[in-house]
Amino acid sequence: MTILRNTLVAAALVLGFGAAAQAQDEEPVRVGFIYVGPIGDFGWSYQHDQGRLALEETFGEAVETSYVESVPEGADAERVLRQMAQAGNDIIFATSFGYMNSVVNVAKQFPDVKFEHATGYQRADNLATYSSRFYEGRHVIGLIAGRMTKSNVIGYIGSYPIPEVIRGINAAYLAAKSVNPDVQFRIVWSNTWFDPALEADAAKTLIEQGADVLMQHTDSTAAMTIAEEQGIFAFGQASNMANFGPDAQLTAIIDNWAPYYIQRVQEVMDGTWSSTDTWGGIGSGMVEFADLSDKIPADVQEEARTAMEAMAAGTLHPFTGPINKQDGSPWLKEGEVADDATLLGMNFYVEGIEGVIPQ
Amino acid sequence: MLRLEPRTSASPLVEAITPVGAVIATMVAGGCLFALLGKNPFEAIHMIFVAPLLDPYSRSEMLIKATPLVLIALGLSFGFRAGVWNIGAEGQYVMGGLAGSAVALAFWNVEGAWLLPLMVLAGMAGGCLWAMIPAVLKVRFNANEILVSLMLVYVAGLFLSAMVSGPLKDPQGFNFPQSRLFHDSARLPVLLEGSRVHVGVLVALAAVVLAQVLLHRHMFGFNVRLLGQAPRAAAFSGVNANRLTVICLALSGSLAGLAGIFEVAGPIGQLQPSLPVGYGFTAIIVAFLGRLSPIGILLAGLVMALTYIGGETAQFALGIPKAAISVFQGMLLFFLLAADLLTRYRIARIRRGVV
Repeated sequence: MTILRNTLVAAALVLGFGAAAQAQDEEPVRVGFIYVGPIGDFGWSYQHDQGRLALEETFGEAVETSYVESVPEGADAERVLRQMAQAGNDIIFATSFGYMNSVVNVAKQFPDVKFEHATGYQRADNLATYSSRFYEGRHVIGLIAGRMTKSNVIGYIGSYPIPEVIRGINAAYLAAKSVNPDVQFRIVWSNTWFDPALEADAAKTLIEQGADVLMQHTDSTAAMTIAEEQGIFAFGQASNMANFGPDAQLTAIIDNWAPYYIQRVQEVMDGTWSSTDTWGGIGSGMVEFADLSDKIPADVQEEARTAMEAMAAGTLHPFTGPINKQDGSPWLKEGEVADDATLLGMNFYVEGIEGVIPQ
Repeated sequence: MLRLEPRTSASPLVEAITPVGAVIATMVAGGCLFALLGKNPFEAIHMIFVAPLLDPYSRSEMLIKATPLVLIALGLSFGFRAGVWNIGAEGQYVMGGLAGSAVALAFWNVEGAWLLPLMVLAGMAGGCLWAMIPAVLKVRFNANEILVSLMLVYVAGLFLSAMVSGPLKDPQGFNFPQSRLFHDSARLPVLLEGSRVHVGVLVALAAVVLAQVLLHRHMFGFNVRLLGQAPRAAAFSGVNANRLTVICLALSGSLAGLAGIFEVAGPIGQLQPSLPVGYGFTAIIVAFLGRLSPIGILLAGLVMALTYIGGETAQFALGIPKAAISVFQGMLLFFLLAADLLTRYRIARIRRGVV
């Protein structure tokens, strides 16, 4: 009898009291992520998921993360966000621009849940926005490209002609031009964020037009693979793509969301979270670089590192006057630095870039 | 050696229960897949097939998700019965959404109860006209409608992309490729407070009833069935095969277009390049899962919607990857086709030496 009773008590301890003891400890902060692509895209969504994994590594048992991948930016996003909110997540990161209307709607319905929207511009008391100053990274790869090109033609695979992408083109062009006055940019608009076949075609077209260095604002590794095959150079986008172009990759602009995610989740734990608008650059650790290729001469490496450090320190801004717009009209005066509002709405090329922005 | 022999008679009871059998087989095989991934198979199947039914919000979302599937599949089912293979419903869906949206945006901020019906008509016309391309090419030049309709899906997708990056782009949208948000007069009324269930759900239900009547109580339905089962007999009895081909494509195109404008004016509320998410292709599965019968399609559409919504929940609640969910959905069609084959044919052993 006693044995049985002891067993029962033990079982009760394990089942009931165990659960109670756990409840007495701090409940883990539950963090949800919704991704537009598969986590295996080795680009945009992959990097956000790396940020999620960094949360688990940093906080261990104190966080519980979950995600839904490949959620189209349409009717489905609102449902997924709502279900995640209903499932008891404390904070939800919506990691694509196209989720904006959905996340705004769901944030209204769940005032106690905190929402974070990447690259968006609509905020609420429980809806923050965040993005990175990728143009700082573009400045660095522009410098390297300007030095490395032999044909003086740099190919650029654009996604959509939105300010984010145009800003990147301008930043890279200005930097390349500053070290190589003869440099020319050829730009192809692919109207997609992720379409390996289309991106590969765009890369081939650019190479046929004489490009010997490729840059991209699309997410797949296709262009890197083509560059490797054809023996030219390219820059990784969002993620380190060295595995796909060991000889081709000069460096990569890496989206490092981990510092931001860790900071925000820490704020949720501390109860200090508030709705903010974050736009972090190299200085905040949100924009990083893959190892510089040893194909880059030492002095160019030095030049690139100096630029990185200067931007991190805030002493260098990629958009510092004098800069004219494409049509020759003045934009920034000597020494003038672009303000964020203009950068966020940028819809013009700077002087020297050929072609028109599709409107 | 094995070979397939047609069975002399397939029992109607067996035919009716094979979809259920396919669903059960999918659960078993899917369960094994989830177990291999280190997930609790019972929990996963419960999450996908049962949990959404217990939650009111998930139930309402199921209706929304099933609406385009059911509408498109209903249209396709007539053609499939008659041997007209419209594989391009996805493109007709896009063109319907586009045409209806163009009307909404042309009258942006103009209030009026007439706007929504006009958008719906434009949507149906858009889908119908897009389906007329393969219809005309088929009837005039005997071009294969499978190829033509399928390739027009990509044309439609690119056309949508051009429109939302061009004439239909939101002028205040920072050059983002999407339209303005529709104003209230251009949005489908919501039926249930706090959900997104819209009028389109009722229209889909009405379409099921209409299709049932058309198929079984109308000469058109009879001719469709006749043409599919016995084309020569149909020709002798005076059925004009060309005319029927055109009507079947018009019907499926219109319903796909209707689904498109319902999706834009319902849950989305603006035109986006990401409008096509595969409903036109999934509806083919739904049509066959529902045995090409309207009631069957309704049930199949709901089951399909259930697996989508449950699949999302399983992703974040259990950490099952999206790819595994897609494999799971693919299994459903695979088992259905296999079960189908085995009800109509039996596997016979060929003895050596016997010719």
